[in-house]
Amino acid sequence: MNTKVPYVGVVSCSGEELPEGTTSRVACRKVLEDLRPGKSVTICLPLFIAGDEEERKFATAYPTVTIDGCEKRCAAKATEKLSGKPAKCLVVSEILKEKGLPRPTKVRRLGQEDKAAAQVVAEEIARAIDEVLEKAE
Amino acid sequence: MDKKAKKVAVLACSGIGKTLGALARETTYELVERVRPGTAVTTCLALLVAGDPEAKRLVFDNPVIAIDGCAKECSKKSIESQGRKVAKAYQTIDFIKKHKGLKPEGISELNEAGQRLAALAADDIAEVVDELAAKEDK
Repeated sequence: MNTKVPYVGVVSCSGEELPEGTTSRVACRKVLEDLRPGKSVTICLPLFIAGDEEERKFATAYPTVTIDGCEKRCAAKATEKLSGKPAKCLVVSEILKEKGLPRPTKVRRLGQEDKAAAQVVAEEIARAIDEVLEKAE
Repeated sequence: MDKKAKKVAVLACSGIGKTLGALARETTYELVERVRPGTAVTTCLALLVAGDPEAKRLVFDNPVIAIDGCAKECSKKSIESQGRKVAKAYQTIDFIKKHKGLKPEGISELNEAGQRLAALAADDIAEVVDELAAKEDK
């Protein structure tokens, strides 16, 4: 049976302690607002813990793409543990390394160079969304 | 004898779907960077939820303040899901009610009103940070 999946859920770690956590958050919002509006939705990661059954079913209702700041992969692990296995797991530090971009330096507000890096990460998330939707069709 | 400075852990929900979550995050950074640097410290909430030993040590060795955006209290509940009671919990929606002239907007980046509101909220919370740090010092 071919069930069309209308949305992909994007779950960002939003890590408060690392600039890459802020990058994951900014990139996630870019995808929702600019790159794939209408094709992506998000949920706050801590809501998996605090929310009711409805929130926990998020990953069963939507295929998910997780975006983590660092190799600890908190978003991927929490999504899998509390909701369901993500369709794709991305890591900001790995994407930046692959693209030869420097580590972001600001945890609170990204500078111009960091914003450009967030755009690159957002484009990777958008690509992952397209792949997941294509596969689901 | 050199006494080790006591810390107060401040954890924001950082909700990505609402301005209220961004306000919680910004208030936390205000506390950690401007208002009580060295005393107020933070860690990634997701790291704590994932059971990271260092993040757990931070919240079990120090009093903890949860700053949430809304009544769902994701930060508070996430901390308590690890078996740690919070010393104090805030919801940024209450600061919006208190300072009605400031309307925060934006999620990736708060507007100027949101940034001012976060600064005011952090100034309010600073007193509690001091009380908790002083208690810990005894």
